[in-house]
Amino acid sequence: MKKFEPVIVAFCCHYCAYTAADMAGSQRLPYPANVKIIRVPCSGKVDALHIIKAFENGADGVYVAGCLEGDCHFKNGNEKAARRIDYVKKYLEEIGIESERLTMVTMSAGMGYRFAQTATEITEKIRKLGPSPIKTAITQ
Amino acid sequence: MITAERKPLEELIDYVKPFKRILLLGCNECVTVCAAGGRKEVGLLASGLQMALLKSGSNIEIKQHTLERQCDPEYVEELVPMIDGSEAILSMACGCGVQQLATRFKDKPVFPALNTQFMGASERQGVWAERCQGCGDCVLGITGGICPIARCAKQLMNGPCGGSTGGKCEVSEDVDCVWQLIWDRLKSLGQEDRYVDIMPAKDWRSGGGSGPRKIIREDLAE
Repeated sequence: MKKFEPVIVAFCCHYCAYTAADMAGSQRLPYPANVKIIRVPCSGKVDALHIIKAFENGADGVYVAGCLEGDCHFKNGNEKAARRIDYVKKYLEEIGIESERLTMVTMSAGMGYRFAQTATEITEKIRKLGPSPIKTAITQ
Repeated sequence: MITAERKPLEELIDYVKPFKRILLLGCNECVTVCAAGGRKEVGLLASGLQMALLKSGSNIEIKQHTLERQCDPEYVEELVPMIDGSEAILSMACGCGVQQLATRFKDKPVFPALNTQFMGASERQGVWAERCQGCGDCVLGITGGICPIARCAKQLMNGPCGGSTGGKCEVSEDVDCVWQLIWDRLKSLGQEDRYVDIMPAKDWRSGGGSGPRKIIREDLAE
């Protein structure tokens, strides 16, 4: 049987998490290729629809990476994102998708190591959870 | 505006399961403002339903559309060219919109995706509170612009009951005693005399007590 490689979508805020990803690259810190980064102007810009569509289109895991608490470039977009994530987690459970597949994380632009570590940890968590039930249903 | 909340996904799945093609229909008015049944919620529900159904082994084609208003026949008429492609309609409008569809498309099953709640106002982002019960005989001019019908659990018309403590209602500590609010406001307006006037027993006929209500404007009606 082919080894399961999860597809993970990471919505990364331009000002912090995306820059942290750049930093990880500059520091030659490896992180799993499973993580597909989508740059957004602010984590608060990530809509419930973006997350749900990611799962519908075969993502096994999704995470939203915003700035550290109190450091949002747009004042409180990261707090709004965190509330939205909680809301979408409940909807995922209603649909029948484990809410652990969706996570909110925060980091500063200088945290290249944290970016690589988070990407690795989330990839491993999703690998343990296995393929998303939606992906499984599509392939059956 | 009219406020509403989405029904549980499980209930909606039961409605649509027997069909192969459905039309999921949003409304651009009140339910868009209260984030229950606008274009975005239509997209979210379509994806959620699709995924939940896939998991249970069924596959339904869900066509998405959002009307400017589902409660007006002019807008509902827009659906005529597309309605034949769907076996049933799942409406994300308030109860008025759902019924408008059921009246226009007599051979199509129509299901509500929302539980219509109340006529409310936005207190702050994401919070809506009941403000009007459409009693048909507005008393806001006497009560300082604060409604005892919609905001008093007992709909008292002449001051608070004994359950009013520290400005809160006995129903819940989160509910203000509306008569405390009315008194405070009348006092700040220098209109305490309004409070002293006894309001007669309310005639509920104008509030639906005589059956379904209708407004006919002779100058507009065709």
